[in-house]
Amino acid sequence: MSSSAEAVSLKRTPLYSLHRELGAKLIDFGGWEMPVQYQGILEEHRAVRERAGIFDVSHMGELELTGPSSLDSLQKLTPNDVGKLSDGRCHYSAFLTERGTFVDDLLVYRRSADSYLLVVNASNTPKDFAWAKERAGGAKVENRSDDYALLAVQGPKAAEITARVCASDPSDLPYYGFREIAVLGTPAIVSRTGYTGEDGFELYLSPDSAEKVFRALLEAGKPEGIQPCGLGARDTLRLEAKMALYGNDIDDTITPWEADLGWIVKMKKGDFVGRDALERQKAQGVPRRLVGFEMSDRGIARHGYAAQTEAGAGLVTSGTHSPTLGKPIGLALLPAAAAAVGSEFSVDIRGRQARARVVETPFYKRKKEVSA
Amino acid sequence: MNPEDLHYAASHEWVRVDGEIGTIGISDHAQKELGEIVYLELPEVGHAYNADEEFGTVESVKAVSELFTPVSGEVVEINKAAVAEPGIVNDDPYGDGWLIKVKLSTDEELKKLMTAERYAEYLKEEEKEK
Repeated sequence: MSSSAEAVSLKRTPLYSLHRELGAKLIDFGGWEMPVQYQGILEEHRAVRERAGIFDVSHMGELELTGPSSLDSLQKLTPNDVGKLSDGRCHYSAFLTERGTFVDDLLVYRRSADSYLLVVNASNTPKDFAWAKERAGGAKVENRSDDYALLAVQGPKAAEITARVCASDPSDLPYYGFREIAVLGTPAIVSRTGYTGEDGFELYLSPDSAEKVFRALLEAGKPEGIQPCGLGARDTLRLEAKMALYGNDIDDTITPWEADLGWIVKMKKGDFVGRDALERQKAQGVPRRLVGFEMSDRGIARHGYAAQTEAGAGLVTSGTHSPTLGKPIGLALLPAAAAAVGSEFSVDIRGRQARARVVETPFYKRKKEVSA
Repeated sequence: MNPEDLHYAASHEWVRVDGEIGTIGISDHAQKELGEIVYLELPEVGHAYNADEEFGTVESVKAVSELFTPVSGEVVEINKAAVAEPGIVNDDPYGDGWLIKVKLSTDEELKKLMTAERYAEYLKEEEKEK
Protein backbone atom coordinates (compact mmCIF):
# COMPACT_ATOMS: atom_id res chain seq x y z
CA MET A 1 0.00 0.00 0.00
CA SER A 2 1.22 3.46 -0.80
CA SER A 3 2.49 5.84 1.81
CA SER A 4 2.00 9.57 1.74
CA ALA A 5 4.83 11.91 0.84
CA GLU A 6 4.36 14.63 3.39
CA ALA A 7 8.08 15.27 3.64
CA VAL A 8 8.00 16.93 0.23
CA SER A 9 6.48 20.36 0.51
CA LEU A 10 3.14 20.17 -1.23
CA LYS A 11 1.06 23.16 -2.22
CA ARG A 12 -2.21 23.63 -0.38
CA THR A 13 -5.43 25.35 -1.38
CA PRO A 14 -7.18 27.87 0.92
CA LEU A 15 -9.50 25.01 1.91
CA TYR A 16 -6.82 22.71 3.30
CA SER A 17 -7.80 23.01 6.96
CA LEU A 18 -11.49 22.60 6.12
CA HIS A 19 -10.68 19.38 4.24
CA ARG A 20 -8.93 18.07 7.36
CA GLU A 21 -11.86 19.10 9.50
CA LEU A 22 -14.23 17.22 7.15
CA GLY A 23 -12.10 14.11 7.49
CA ALA A 24 -10.79 14.05 3.93
CA LYS A 25 -8.09 11.61 2.88
CA LEU A 26 -5.40 13.81 1.32
CA ILE A 27 -3.00 12.81 -1.44
CA ASP A 28 -0.24 14.34 -3.53
CA PHE A 29 -1.87 15.31 -6.81
CA GLY A 30 0.65 16.92 -9.17
CA GLY A 31 2.42 18.63 -6.27
CA TRP A 32 -0.80 19.64 -4.50
CA GLU A 33 -2.08 18.16 -1.26
CA MET A 34 -5.68 17.51 -2.32
CA PRO A 35 -8.65 15.54 -0.97
CA VAL A 36 -9.04 12.24 -2.83
CA GLN A 37 -12.17 11.35 -0.84
CA TYR A 38 -14.22 12.23 2.22
CA GLN A 39 -16.92 9.59 2.75
CA GLY A 40 -15.89 7.28 -0.07
CA ILE A 41 -15.59 7.52 -3.83
CA LEU A 42 -18.72 5.50 -4.61
CA GLU A 43 -20.93 7.52 -2.26
CA GLU A 44 -19.52 10.83 -3.54
CA HIS A 45 -19.97 9.72 -7.13
CA ARG A 46 -23.59 8.77 -6.46
CA ALA A 47 -24.25 12.10 -4.72
CA VAL A 48 -23.21 13.99 -7.87
CA ARG A 49 -25.26 11.80 -10.19
CA GLU A 50 -28.39 11.91 -8.02
CA ARG A 51 -28.18 15.09 -5.92
CA ALA A 52 -25.20 17.43 -5.66
CA GLY A 53 -21.52 17.40 -4.81
CA ILE A 54 -19.03 20.14 -4.05
CA PHE A 55 -15.38 19.95 -5.08
CA ASP A 56 -12.36 22.08 -4.25
CA VAL A 57 -10.49 22.45 -7.53
CA SER A 58 -8.49 25.52 -6.53
CA HIS A 59 -5.34 23.83 -7.76
CA MET A 60 -6.39 24.59 -11.35
CA GLY A 61 -4.36 27.37 -12.99
CA GLU A 62 -5.75 30.64 -14.33
CA LEU A 63 -3.96 32.68 -16.97
CA GLU A 64 -5.22 36.08 -18.03
CA LEU A 65 -4.78 37.53 -21.51
CA THR A 66 -5.48 41.22 -21.88
CA GLY A 67 -5.01 44.02 -24.37
CA PRO A 68 -6.39 44.96 -27.79
CA SER A 69 -4.57 42.10 -29.54
CA SER A 70 -5.89 39.41 -27.18
CA LEU A 71 -8.27 37.92 -29.74
CA ASP A 72 -5.61 37.70 -32.48
CA SER A 73 -3.20 36.24 -30.00
CA LEU A 74 -5.63 33.57 -28.76
CA GLN A 75 -6.57 32.64 -32.32
CA LYS A 76 -2.88 31.81 -32.85
CA LEU A 77 -2.43 30.09 -29.48
CA THR A 78 -5.48 27.82 -29.54
CA PRO A 79 -7.20 25.64 -32.18
CA ASN A 80 -10.83 26.49 -31.36
CA ASP A 81 -12.40 29.64 -32.89
CA VAL A 82 -12.19 32.34 -30.24
CA GLY A 83 -13.91 34.71 -32.69
CA LYS A 84 -17.13 32.78 -32.07
CA LEU A 85 -17.12 33.57 -28.34
CA SER A 86 -19.23 36.48 -27.12
CA ASP A 87 -18.80 38.19 -23.75
CA GLY A 88 -19.80 35.85 -20.95
CA ARG A 89 -19.15 32.65 -22.93
CA CYS A 90 -16.36 30.12 -22.67
CA HIS A 91 -15.30 27.10 -24.67
CA TYR A 92 -13.08 24.04 -24.44
CA SER A 93 -9.79 24.29 -26.30
CA ALA A 94 -6.08 23.50 -26.05
CA PHE A 95 -2.52 24.62 -26.49
CA LEU A 96 -0.87 22.48 -29.14
CA THR A 97 2.76 21.86 -30.04
CA GLU A 98 4.06 22.43 -33.59
CA ARG A 99 3.49 18.67 -34.00
CA GLY A 100 -0.20 19.21 -33.32
CA THR A 101 -0.04 17.39 -29.97
CA PHE A 102 -1.36 18.65 -26.63
CA VAL A 103 0.64 21.05 -24.50
CA ASP A 104 -2.51 21.17 -22.36
CA ASP A 105 -6.29 21.22 -22.62
CA LEU A 106 -8.07 24.27 -21.22
CA LEU A 107 -11.11 26.52 -21.07
CA VAL A 108 -11.09 29.96 -22.72
CA TYR A 109 -13.40 32.54 -21.07
CA ARG A 110 -14.21 35.76 -22.91
CA ARG A 111 -14.80 38.45 -20.27
CA SER A 112 -14.70 41.28 -22.81
CA ALA A 113 -13.21 41.95 -26.24
CA ASP A 114 -9.80 42.56 -24.71
CA SER A 115 -9.86 40.36 -21.60
CA TYR A 116 -9.78 36.56 -21.52
CA LEU A 117 -9.28 34.01 -18.77
CA LEU A 118 -7.70 30.65 -19.55
CA VAL A 119 -8.19 27.81 -17.08
CA VAL A 120 -5.46 25.19 -17.30
CA ASN A 121 -4.40 22.01 -15.51
CA ALA A 122 -2.66 22.61 -12.19
CA SER A 123 0.58 20.78 -12.89
CA ASN A 124 0.87 22.40 -16.35
CA THR A 125 0.40 25.97 -15.16
CA PRO A 126 4.08 27.08 -15.19
CA LYS A 127 4.63 25.36 -18.56
CA ASP A 128 1.47 26.86 -20.07
CA PHE A 129 2.26 30.33 -18.74
CA ALA A 130 5.74 30.29 -20.27
CA TRP A 131 4.40 28.81 -23.51
CA ALA A 132 1.66 31.44 -23.89
CA LYS A 133 3.88 34.34 -22.89
CA GLU A 134 6.45 33.42 -25.53
CA ARG A 135 3.84 33.30 -28.30
CA ALA A 136 1.29 35.91 -27.23
CA GLY A 137 2.54 38.74 -29.45
CA GLY A 138 1.13 42.05 -28.24
CA ALA A 139 -1.25 40.59 -25.65
CA LYS A 140 -0.33 40.74 -21.99
CA VAL A 141 -0.23 37.32 -20.30
CA GLU A 142 -0.39 37.02 -16.53
CA ASN A 143 -0.48 34.02 -14.24
CA ARG A 144 -3.39 34.77 -11.93
CA SER A 145 -3.57 31.29 -10.35
CA ASP A 146 -2.92 32.60 -6.83
CA ASP A 147 -5.77 35.09 -7.13
CA TYR A 148 -8.48 32.47 -7.58
CA ALA A 149 -9.88 29.68 -5.51
CA LEU A 150 -12.18 27.42 -7.52
CA LEU A 151 -15.17 25.44 -6.28
CA ALA A 152 -17.30 23.16 -8.43
CA VAL A 153 -20.92 22.45 -7.47
CA GLN A 154 -22.16 19.59 -9.63
CA GLY A 155 -25.28 17.50 -9.93
CA PRO A 156 -28.99 17.76 -10.74
CA LYS A 157 -29.56 19.91 -7.61
CA ALA A 158 -26.51 22.16 -8.21
CA ALA A 159 -28.44 25.08 -9.71
CA GLU A 160 -30.91 25.56 -6.88
CA ILE A 161 -28.22 25.15 -4.21
CA THR A 162 -25.76 27.53 -5.91
CA ALA A 163 -28.50 30.14 -6.29
CA ARG A 164 -28.83 30.30 -2.49
CA VAL A 165 -25.33 31.79 -2.04
CA CYS A 166 -25.46 34.10 -5.08
CA ALA A 167 -26.65 37.72 -5.09
CA SER A 168 -28.55 36.96 -8.30
CA ASP A 169 -29.82 33.62 -9.60
CA PRO A 170 -27.33 32.04 -12.04
CA SER A 171 -29.86 29.44 -13.26
CA ASP A 172 -30.51 31.32 -16.50
CA LEU A 173 -26.88 30.88 -17.58
CA PRO A 174 -26.58 28.62 -20.61
CA TYR A 175 -24.15 25.70 -20.62
CA TYR A 176 -20.66 27.24 -20.96
CA GLY A 177 -22.01 30.68 -20.04
CA PHE A 178 -20.72 32.72 -17.10
CA ARG A 179 -21.01 36.07 -15.40
CA GLU A 180 -19.73 38.03 -12.46
CA ILE A 181 -22.04 37.60 -9.49
CA ALA A 182 -21.45 38.48 -5.85
CA VAL A 183 -21.22 35.28 -3.82
CA LEU A 184 -21.85 35.99 -0.14
CA GLY A 185 -21.05 39.60 -0.89
CA THR A 186 -17.71 38.97 -2.58
CA PRO A 187 -17.25 39.40 -6.35
CA ALA A 188 -16.89 36.05 -8.12
CA ILE A 189 -17.16 34.48 -11.55
CA VAL A 190 -19.98 31.94 -11.74
CA SER A 191 -19.71 29.61 -14.72
CA ARG A 192 -22.02 26.85 -15.90
CA THR A 193 -19.27 24.33 -16.51
CA GLY A 194 -17.89 21.19 -14.95
CA TYR A 195 -15.99 17.96 -15.31
CA THR A 196 -18.59 15.42 -14.25
CA GLY A 197 -21.14 15.05 -17.04
CA GLU A 198 -23.81 16.66 -14.85
CA ASP A 199 -25.32 20.12 -14.76
CA GLY A 200 -23.42 22.40 -12.42
CA PHE A 201 -21.41 25.50 -11.73
CA GLU A 202 -17.83 26.46 -11.15
CA LEU A 203 -17.22 29.41 -8.85
CA TYR A 204 -14.03 31.45 -9.23
CA LEU A 205 -13.57 33.10 -5.87
CA SER A 206 -11.08 35.22 -4.01
CA PRO A 207 -8.94 32.82 -1.94
CA ASP A 208 -9.96 34.44 1.36
CA SER A 209 -13.68 33.90 0.67
CA ALA A 210 -13.35 30.26 -0.42
CA GLU A 211 -13.78 28.59 2.96
CA LYS A 212 -16.78 30.72 3.86
CA VAL A 213 -18.45 29.88 0.51
CA PHE A 214 -17.66 26.17 0.76
CA ARG A 215 -19.21 26.04 4.26
CA ALA A 216 -22.23 28.06 3.11
CA LEU A 217 -22.82 25.70 0.19
CA LEU A 218 -22.61 22.66 2.46
CA GLU A 219 -25.20 24.29 4.71
CA ALA A 220 -27.41 25.55 1.86
CA GLY A 221 -27.39 22.13 0.21
CA LYS A 222 -28.21 20.13 3.32
CA PRO A 223 -31.88 19.60 2.38
CA GLU A 224 -30.75 18.12 -0.96
CA GLY A 225 -27.97 16.07 0.62
CA ILE A 226 -24.98 17.88 -0.86
CA GLN A 227 -21.76 15.93 -0.41
CA PRO A 228 -18.15 17.18 -0.34
CA CYS A 229 -16.35 15.23 -3.08
CA GLY A 230 -12.70 14.50 -3.73
CA LEU A 231 -10.56 13.92 -6.78
CA GLY A 232 -11.37 10.20 -6.71
CA ALA A 233 -15.03 10.80 -7.57
CA ARG A 234 -14.03 13.58 -9.95
CA ASP A 235 -12.02 10.99 -11.89
CA THR A 236 -14.76 8.34 -12.08
CA LEU A 237 -17.34 11.01 -13.00
CA ARG A 238 -15.27 12.52 -15.79
CA LEU A 239 -14.37 9.09 -17.15
CA GLU A 240 -18.02 8.01 -17.38
CA ALA A 241 -18.65 11.25 -19.29
CA LYS A 242 -15.57 10.52 -21.45
CA MET A 243 -13.85 13.78 -20.62
CA ALA A 244 -10.12 13.54 -21.27
CA LEU A 245 -7.57 13.85 -18.47
CA TYR A 246 -4.25 15.45 -19.34
CA GLY A 247 -1.41 13.13 -18.38
CA ASN A 248 -3.63 10.07 -18.79
CA ASP A 249 -5.58 10.26 -22.06
CA ILE A 250 -3.93 13.22 -23.71
CA ASP A 251 -0.40 14.61 -23.64
CA ASP A 252 2.25 15.89 -26.04
CA THR A 253 2.34 12.62 -27.98
CA ILE A 254 -1.30 12.70 -29.10
CA THR A 255 -3.24 15.00 -31.44
CA PRO A 256 -6.88 16.16 -31.16
CA TRP A 257 -7.74 13.96 -34.17
CA GLU A 258 -6.42 10.91 -32.32
CA ALA A 259 -8.05 11.95 -29.05
CA ASP A 260 -11.52 12.20 -30.66
CA LEU A 261 -11.40 15.93 -29.89
CA GLY A 262 -11.46 17.08 -33.50
CA TRP A 263 -14.41 19.33 -32.65
CA ILE A 264 -12.11 21.79 -30.86
CA VAL A 265 -10.05 22.22 -34.04
CA LYS A 266 -11.37 24.86 -36.46
CA MET A 267 -9.15 24.56 -39.52
CA LYS A 268 -11.03 27.30 -41.39
CA LYS A 269 -10.44 30.06 -38.84
CA GLY A 270 -6.85 30.73 -39.99
CA ASP A 271 -3.42 29.85 -38.69
CA PHE A 272 -2.68 28.52 -35.19
CA VAL A 273 0.17 26.66 -33.57
CA GLY A 274 0.03 23.03 -34.66
CA ARG A 275 -2.23 23.61 -37.64
CA ASP A 276 0.21 22.42 -40.33
CA ALA A 277 0.89 19.18 -38.49
CA LEU A 278 -2.85 18.57 -38.02
CA GLU A 279 -3.47 19.21 -41.71
CA ARG A 280 -0.75 16.72 -42.62
CA GLN A 281 -2.05 14.09 -40.23
CA LYS A 282 -5.55 14.47 -41.59
CA ALA A 283 -4.31 14.05 -45.17
CA GLN A 284 -2.15 11.05 -44.32
CA GLY A 285 -4.75 9.38 -42.13
CA VAL A 286 -5.04 9.37 -38.36
CA PRO A 287 -3.03 6.37 -37.13
CA ARG A 288 -4.59 5.88 -33.68
CA ARG A 289 -7.90 6.54 -31.98
CA LEU A 290 -8.85 7.10 -28.35
CA VAL A 291 -11.86 4.87 -27.74
CA GLY A 292 -14.03 3.77 -24.86
CA PHE A 293 -14.05 0.12 -23.87
CA GLU A 294 -15.72 -2.35 -21.55
CA MET A 295 -14.31 -5.62 -20.36
CA SER A 296 -15.59 -8.94 -21.72
CA ASP A 297 -13.46 -10.82 -19.17
CA ARG A 298 -13.28 -10.01 -15.49
CA GLY A 299 -10.85 -7.36 -14.24
CA ILE A 300 -10.16 -3.64 -14.31
CA ALA A 301 -7.79 -2.47 -17.05
CA ARG A 302 -5.97 0.57 -15.69
CA HIS A 303 -3.87 3.47 -16.96
CA GLY A 304 -0.67 2.28 -18.64
CA TYR A 305 -1.69 -1.35 -19.21
CA ALA A 306 -0.68 -2.71 -22.62
CA ALA A 307 -3.38 -3.53 -25.17
CA GLN A 308 -3.10 -5.86 -28.15
CA THR A 309 -5.33 -5.64 -31.22
CA GLU A 310 -5.41 -7.46 -34.55
CA ALA A 311 -3.87 -4.32 -36.05
CA GLY A 312 -1.08 -3.95 -33.51
CA ALA A 313 -0.30 -2.69 -30.04
CA GLY A 314 -2.34 -0.14 -28.10
CA LEU A 315 -2.44 1.35 -24.64
CA VAL A 316 -5.01 1.77 -21.88
CA THR A 317 -5.01 5.48 -20.96
CA SER A 318 -7.67 5.43 -18.21
CA GLY A 319 -9.54 2.64 -16.51
CA THR A 320 -11.69 2.26 -13.45
CA HIS A 321 -14.77 0.67 -11.99
CA SER A 322 -17.76 2.70 -13.18
CA PRO A 323 -19.93 3.36 -10.13
CA THR A 324 -22.99 4.19 -12.28
CA LEU A 325 -22.74 1.15 -14.57
CA GLY A 326 -21.35 -1.14 -11.88
CA LYS A 327 -18.68 -2.54 -14.18
CA PRO A 328 -15.16 -1.76 -15.39
CA ILE A 329 -14.78 0.87 -18.12
CA GLY A 330 -11.84 2.62 -19.68
CA LEU A 331 -10.27 4.54 -22.52
CA ALA A 332 -7.61 3.12 -24.79
CA LEU A 333 -5.50 4.42 -27.61
CA LEU A 334 -5.77 1.80 -30.37
CA PRO A 335 -4.57 1.50 -33.96
CA ALA A 336 -7.28 3.18 -36.10
CA ALA A 337 -7.93 -0.06 -38.00
CA ALA A 338 -8.94 -1.78 -34.76
CA ALA A 339 -10.87 1.09 -33.17
CA ALA A 340 -14.39 0.61 -34.53
CA VAL A 341 -17.21 0.09 -32.04
CA GLY A 342 -17.54 -3.64 -31.40
CA SER A 343 -13.86 -4.42 -32.09
CA GLU A 344 -12.31 -6.83 -29.63
CA PHE A 345 -8.85 -6.52 -28.16
CA SER A 346 -6.93 -7.85 -25.18
CA VAL A 347 -5.38 -6.09 -22.21
CA ASP A 348 -2.49 -7.35 -20.16
CA ILE A 349 -3.82 -7.17 -16.59
CA ARG A 350 -0.74 -7.90 -14.52
CA GLY A 351 0.29 -10.82 -16.72
CA ARG A 352 -3.19 -12.12 -17.53
CA GLN A 353 -4.70 -11.48 -20.99
CA ALA A 354 -8.22 -10.16 -20.54
CA ARG A 355 -10.64 -9.50 -23.41
CA ALA A 356 -12.13 -6.06 -23.91
CA ARG A 357 -14.32 -4.50 -26.59
CA VAL A 358 -14.73 -1.01 -28.02
CA VAL A 359 -18.06 0.59 -27.07
CA GLU A 360 -19.98 3.77 -27.83
CA THR A 361 -19.16 6.75 -25.62
CA PRO A 362 -19.86 8.55 -23.42
CA PHE A 363 -20.47 5.72 -20.99
CA TYR A 364 -22.92 7.94 -19.15
CA LYS A 365 -25.10 10.73 -20.47
CA ARG A 366 -27.39 12.68 -18.18
CA LYS A 367 -31.07 12.79 -18.98
CA LYS A 368 -32.01 16.18 -20.31
CA GLU A 369 -34.69 17.67 -18.12
CA VAL A 370 -37.65 19.32 -19.75
CA SER A 371 -36.98 22.99 -19.26
CA ALA A 372 -39.64 25.03 -17.57
CA MET B 1 -10.96 -3.81 17.11
CA ASN B 2 -8.88 -6.61 15.67
CA PRO B 3 -10.12 -9.99 16.94
CA GLU B 4 -7.84 -11.68 19.52
CA ASP B 5 -8.09 -15.17 18.03
CA LEU B 6 -6.51 -14.30 14.66
CA HIS B 7 -2.92 -14.34 13.42
CA TYR B 8 -1.84 -11.23 11.52
CA ALA B 9 0.74 -10.72 8.75
CA ALA B 10 2.84 -7.59 8.12
CA SER B 11 1.13 -7.32 4.72
CA HIS B 12 -2.21 -6.92 6.58
CA GLU B 13 -3.78 -10.33 5.97
CA TRP B 14 -5.11 -12.47 8.83
CA VAL B 15 -5.57 -16.21 9.40
CA ARG B 16 -8.18 -17.88 11.60
CA VAL B 17 -7.30 -21.48 12.42
CA ASP B 18 -9.95 -24.12 12.92
CA GLY B 19 -8.37 -27.58 13.08
CA GLU B 20 -6.42 -28.02 9.88
CA ILE B 21 -8.31 -25.28 8.01
CA GLY B 22 -7.05 -21.72 7.89
CA THR B 23 -9.43 -18.95 6.82
CA ILE B 24 -7.66 -15.94 5.30
CA GLY B 25 -8.85 -12.36 4.94
CA ILE B 26 -7.57 -8.79 5.11
CA SER B 27 -7.53 -6.62 8.21
CA ASP B 28 -9.84 -3.76 9.02
CA HIS B 29 -6.88 -1.42 8.59
CA ALA B 30 -6.24 -2.81 5.10
CA GLN B 31 -9.84 -2.38 3.96
CA LYS B 32 -9.86 1.18 5.28
CA GLU B 33 -6.64 2.05 3.49
CA LEU B 34 -7.94 0.59 0.22
CA GLY B 35 -11.31 2.32 0.37
CA GLU B 36 -14.39 0.79 -1.22
CA ILE B 37 -13.46 -2.52 -2.76
CA VAL B 38 -15.00 -3.08 -6.19
CA TYR B 39 -13.14 -6.12 -7.49
CA LEU B 40 -11.64 -9.29 -6.08
CA GLU B 41 -9.52 -11.82 -7.92
CA LEU B 42 -9.21 -15.09 -6.03
CA PRO B 43 -7.58 -18.41 -6.97
CA GLU B 44 -9.25 -21.66 -7.98
CA VAL B 45 -9.97 -24.31 -5.41
CA GLY B 46 -7.15 -26.87 -5.46
CA HIS B 47 -4.38 -24.35 -6.00
CA ALA B 48 -1.49 -24.76 -3.52
CA TYR B 49 0.59 -21.88 -2.18
CA ASN B 50 3.68 -21.40 -0.09
CA ALA B 51 3.60 -18.80 2.67
CA ASP B 52 4.02 -15.21 1.45
CA GLU B 53 3.01 -16.11 -2.09
CA GLU B 54 0.55 -13.89 -3.97
CA PHE B 55 -2.84 -15.58 -4.18
CA GLY B 56 -4.97 -12.82 -5.64
CA THR B 57 -5.69 -9.13 -5.93
CA VAL B 58 -8.09 -6.72 -4.37
CA GLU B 59 -9.03 -3.49 -6.12
CA SER B 60 -10.68 -0.33 -4.95
CA VAL B 61 -11.83 2.36 -7.36
CA LYS B 62 -8.40 3.97 -7.14
CA ALA B 63 -5.88 1.20 -6.56
CA VAL B 64 -4.84 -2.42 -6.94
CA SER B 65 -3.24 -4.38 -4.09
CA GLU B 66 -1.82 -7.87 -4.13
CA LEU B 67 -2.99 -10.44 -1.60
CA PHE B 68 -0.38 -12.65 0.08
CA THR B 69 -1.14 -15.84 1.92
CA PRO B 70 0.47 -15.80 5.36
CA VAL B 71 0.56 -19.61 5.47
CA SER B 72 1.24 -22.53 3.12
CA GLY B 73 -1.59 -24.76 2.02
CA GLU B 74 -4.07 -25.85 -0.57
CA VAL B 75 -7.14 -23.73 -1.31
CA VAL B 76 -10.29 -25.65 -0.31
CA GLU B 77 -12.85 -22.88 -0.65
CA ILE B 78 -13.11 -19.31 -1.91
CA ASN B 79 -15.66 -16.75 -0.77
CA LYS B 80 -17.87 -16.53 -3.85
CA ALA B 81 -20.22 -14.11 -2.11
CA ALA B 82 -17.33 -11.66 -1.67
CA VAL B 83 -16.31 -12.04 -5.33
CA ALA B 84 -19.86 -11.21 -6.36
CA GLU B 85 -20.23 -8.41 -3.81
CA PRO B 86 -16.73 -7.17 -2.85
CA GLY B 87 -18.19 -4.47 -0.57
CA ILE B 88 -18.66 -7.26 2.02
CA VAL B 89 -14.91 -7.12 2.62
CA ASN B 90 -15.25 -3.47 3.68
CA ASP B 91 -18.32 -4.10 5.78
CA ASP B 92 -17.15 -7.19 7.63
CA PRO B 93 -13.43 -7.91 7.01
CA TYR B 94 -13.18 -10.44 9.89
CA GLY B 95 -16.48 -12.18 9.24
CA ASP B 96 -18.48 -12.47 6.01
CA GLY B 97 -15.67 -10.69 4.16
CA TRP B 98 -13.19 -13.57 4.46
CA LEU B 99 -11.39 -14.45 1.19
CA ILE B 100 -10.15 -18.05 1.03
CA LYS B 101 -9.88 -21.18 3.15
CA VAL B 102 -6.77 -23.32 2.91
CA LYS B 103 -5.83 -26.73 4.24
CA LEU B 104 -2.75 -25.84 6.30
CA SER B 105 0.49 -27.64 5.38
CA THR B 106 1.97 -26.95 8.82
CA ASP B 107 1.12 -24.93 11.90
CA GLU B 108 4.77 -23.89 12.34
CA GLU B 109 4.25 -20.79 10.18
CA LEU B 110 1.64 -19.40 12.55
CA LYS B 111 4.40 -18.64 15.06
CA LYS B 112 5.87 -16.07 12.71
CA LEU B 113 2.61 -14.13 12.55
CA MET B 114 1.51 -11.39 14.94
CA THR B 115 -1.03 -11.48 17.73
CA ALA B 116 -3.80 -8.85 17.71
CA GLU B 117 -1.88 -6.88 20.33
CA ARG B 118 1.39 -6.99 18.39
CA TYR B 119 -0.43 -6.09 15.16
CA ALA B 120 -1.98 -3.02 16.84
CA GLU B 121 1.55 -1.89 17.84
CA TYR B 122 2.78 -2.60 14.33
CA LEU B 123 0.06 -0.35 12.88
CA LYS B 124 1.10 2.44 15.23
CA GLU B 125 4.74 2.11 14.13
CA GLU B 126 3.67 2.11 10.49
CA GLU B 127 1.63 5.26 11.07
CA LYS B 128 4.65 7.02 12.61
CA GLU B 129 6.85 6.25 9.64
CA LYS B 130 4.51 8.10 7.31
